[in-house]
Amino acid sequence: MEQIYQIDGISLTVHMPAELDHPNAERLKKETDYYLENYHIQHIIFDFRNTDFMDSSGIGLVAGRYRLLNLRGGSVEAVHVNDRIDKILHLSGMHKIIEIHREEEKDGD
Amino acid sequence: MEIKKDTTNEMMIEFDSRPGNEGFVRVAVAAFCTQLNPTLEEVADLKTALSEAVTNAIIHGYEGEVHKIRVVCKTKENVVHITVTDWGKGIEDIEKAMQPMYTSKPEMDRSGMGFVFMEAFMDQVEVTSQPGEGTAVYMKKAIGR
Repeated sequence: MEQIYQIDGISLTVHMPAELDHPNAERLKKETDYYLENYHIQHIIFDFRNTDFMDSSGIGLVAGRYRLLNLRGGSVEAVHVNDRIDKILHLSGMHKIIEIHREEEKDGD
Repeated sequence: MEIKKDTTNEMMIEFDSRPGNEGFVRVAVAAFCTQLNPTLEEVADLKTALSEAVTNAIIHGYEGEVHKIRVVCKTKENVVHITVTDWGKGIEDIEKAMQPMYTSKPEMDRSGMGFVFMEAFMDQVEVTSQPGEGTAVYMKKAIGR
């Protein structure tokens, strides 16, 4: 099983769950913030390759981490985003503040 | 005598306002609605809208306390009607609560997009609420248009 969190220098990759709803978003928020507090993280990559459901709780998670990192001069990115997740990110205006890469784009791994 | 086919179908689930129940309720409503042969996108729309209403009841209606939430799902011809009811604290100003980006709980990283998603993914959303008594969110969506 692949790890949920991967740290690579100042980058933290978060592998999003299949269903990014209220309970899962709460858990990821706590865990992600632990890494933000204890490591020198400047960049978060939310990897949606396994995610097929997201609601506004997921938007709260992404937008909240964006705010925290923005204060440190860092940034947030969403990768392997499918049509559904892309629609939800756009509806919430996330594409204006974070970089979004669709699922068909390869990122070298 | 003309026999009219009755096309209505209805179910109701009442469950504790625990976050862990959200997934179960989404799946139950989605499974019930498959009788209308919805597309995958229509199912996703229903699940997202329902999830928003149920999360609101848990976080805002009951503020984390455990009480009952009722979901009534009715289909008539090709239209799905969903009502989510809680008997929690209610909403003082419904218009304000429904505004994009407005949240009464920014400290909890709530995005304020719940009602926006409900309205985006359903054909109609109506909220009735009485402070101190509870909230009912009614939504409907035609399937297969």
